[in-house]
Amino acid sequence: MFDSDLVLSALRALTPILLAALGGALCERAGVFNIGLEGMMLMGCFTAVATSWFTGSPWLGVLAAALAAAAYSLILAVGAVTLKGDAVVLGVAMNLLAVGLTSFLLRTVFGVQGTFDDPDLLGLTEIAGFSPLTWLSWAAVGVAAVLLSRHAWGLRLRGVGEAPDAAATLGVSPTKYKYGAVLVSGVLCGLAGAQLALGNVTLFSENMTAGRGWIAVVAVMLGRALPLGVLLAALLFGLAEAAGFRLQGLGLPQQATDAAPYVVTLIALFLTTARRRRTTGASA
Amino acid sequence: MAASPVSPVRVLRSPVFFSVAAAVVIGALFLIGTGADPVAAYRAVITGSLGSAGIGSTLTTGTSVLGMALALAIPLRAGLINLGGDGQLVLGGISAAAVGLYSPLPAPLTTVLAVLAAMAAGALYAALAALCDIRFGVPLLVSSLLLSYPASSLASYLVRYPLKEPGSSLPQTRRLPDGVELPAFGTSTVTVGLVLVALAAVAYHVVDSRTAVGYEMRMTGLNPRFSAYAGVARGPQTLRLMAVSGALAGLVGAVGVLSFPYRFLDGSLTAPGYTWTGLTAALLAAAAPLGTVLASFFFAVLQVGGLSMERTTEVPRELTQVLQAIVIVFLAARLRITWRPKKRRDAAEQLTTEKAEAA
Repeated sequence: MFDSDLVLSALRALTPILLAALGGALCERAGVFNIGLEGMMLMGCFTAVATSWFTGSPWLGVLAAALAAAAYSLILAVGAVTLKGDAVVLGVAMNLLAVGLTSFLLRTVFGVQGTFDDPDLLGLTEIAGFSPLTWLSWAAVGVAAVLLSRHAWGLRLRGVGEAPDAAATLGVSPTKYKYGAVLVSGVLCGLAGAQLALGNVTLFSENMTAGRGWIAVVAVMLGRALPLGVLLAALLFGLAEAAGFRLQGLGLPQQATDAAPYVVTLIALFLTTARRRRTTGASA
Repeated sequence: MAASPVSPVRVLRSPVFFSVAAAVVIGALFLIGTGADPVAAYRAVITGSLGSAGIGSTLTTGTSVLGMALALAIPLRAGLINLGGDGQLVLGGISAAAVGLYSPLPAPLTTVLAVLAAMAAGALYAALAALCDIRFGVPLLVSSLLLSYPASSLASYLVRYPLKEPGSSLPQTRRLPDGVELPAFGTSTVTVGLVLVALAAVAYHVVDSRTAVGYEMRMTGLNPRFSAYAGVARGPQTLRLMAVSGALAGLVGAVGVLSFPYRFLDGSLTAPGYTWTGLTAALLAAAAPLGTVLASFFFAVLQVGGLSMERTTEVPRELTQVLQAIVIVFLAARLRITWRPKKRRDAAEQLTTEKAEAA
């Protein structure tokens, strides 16, 4: 049952998670725990659909989604970095706010409840079999990997996350780098939302991210905030989801396959933390 | 937020008051933006939820909100966030339904057994999330959330196949036998569930303020390293708190099944978002027992009042969800999970700023 079709559908399913998780990884490296990925992504979904619908251009939709999600991410930047609030609580609140706000806007702007779906809504056209944002996400993995490990910006970003005082002593402003990381994660989550709402499907429905932002948070953890690690973690999730669909065709109930990606992720977390503990010899 | 004398100035300056006021103002801007009259809209929220027609509904909603708020407040008091409330709630609901349908005992005993089974199911599942944290090093925040999805899937499977009502087109169980239900007050929809949840709140208050367990819990919340140094075993404490949390979530599930519609309908327990409203209430109250009760009541008023606001002003009720989240956004910017005394925090911050400036 593992063939090229399965891999292709896994690759399509993982793009939103991969983009969001890359953003999460950058924040993690800068020392900001970002669990608001889900909410930023959902804001991206709605903005992408609304902009594409009113302008007739899915490309403007993608652009608007990136900008809107970046603006939304300022809540985390201001709250956690400037005001030193609790990032976990802020993230939870941002996710709730996004669900409420997009449902509210769905009803006031489009006058519908639940799902907005119209044949005239334009989605993204594929380039060489994949959405342009899928290509972009792979490029982003490469860029992030090089920046983080080879470039001075990446070094400073990591420095800010690991030892903010030392970074400040060397003239690197932790605030600037943290804001930068959070804003870039906003852009990436906006793109993730656009891919979800104009790429994977062409519609907006309430809470359509359905936990993908949380999976991205886990992917950051599983991939140890390394771009390539995050890619592998997202791939694992995508494969579990795609394999689930396949198994459903073989008669397994849908509920079992729905649960599969979460269980697989949890098991992967067990295995990696267990190995990390053995190799470091210390308890976390 | 301890039992110090409450002066008006302190109330006005408290982050809680500020956050709620900010949300009300922002909500008014939203209302004006959609062309509605904010005064009329807020009046509709109040009359719709506290008037004679709405108060029963507010108390019914309040039962579930308070139950979930307590479930999330108890671990939060020790600095732990349980994000798996939905899964524990649903497992509680499906267990109550299964016991209610198949127990051979007389109806009143079956009802009691169903409540206990729901609490046990929730407790065990939450304890599993705690074990992932303690034994396998998967942070509780993540383990509880990840476990929530399979639980919902499992309940969804059970109610679609083995427990499905024969002939029905809905994914629901059969109606519970006559008498297998929580007694209601008069003709209202308010059930004994409210009493059970209120008792839980009282118990939480007593444990929190008068016992060593409560002291250890608050101490861990304030400073986990100090509490570990003082000899509080973090693992068993996490396990106990999560079990209690899950038991309460399970209880809310049982209340949902053992009152109208007297069955388990897939998605009906999680759709109203009690878990998230409860978490919001617990956060707003900084997990303090009395505050949690007040915050839960406040959010129940918003949720029920939102419906009548929608009827009278045609403003979508989702606005209340927006307000709820805004309260927490403002609050979170002022608050940390580990509530350090304010003076020391300010001093520490000043020190770091000075250091940064010196550099």
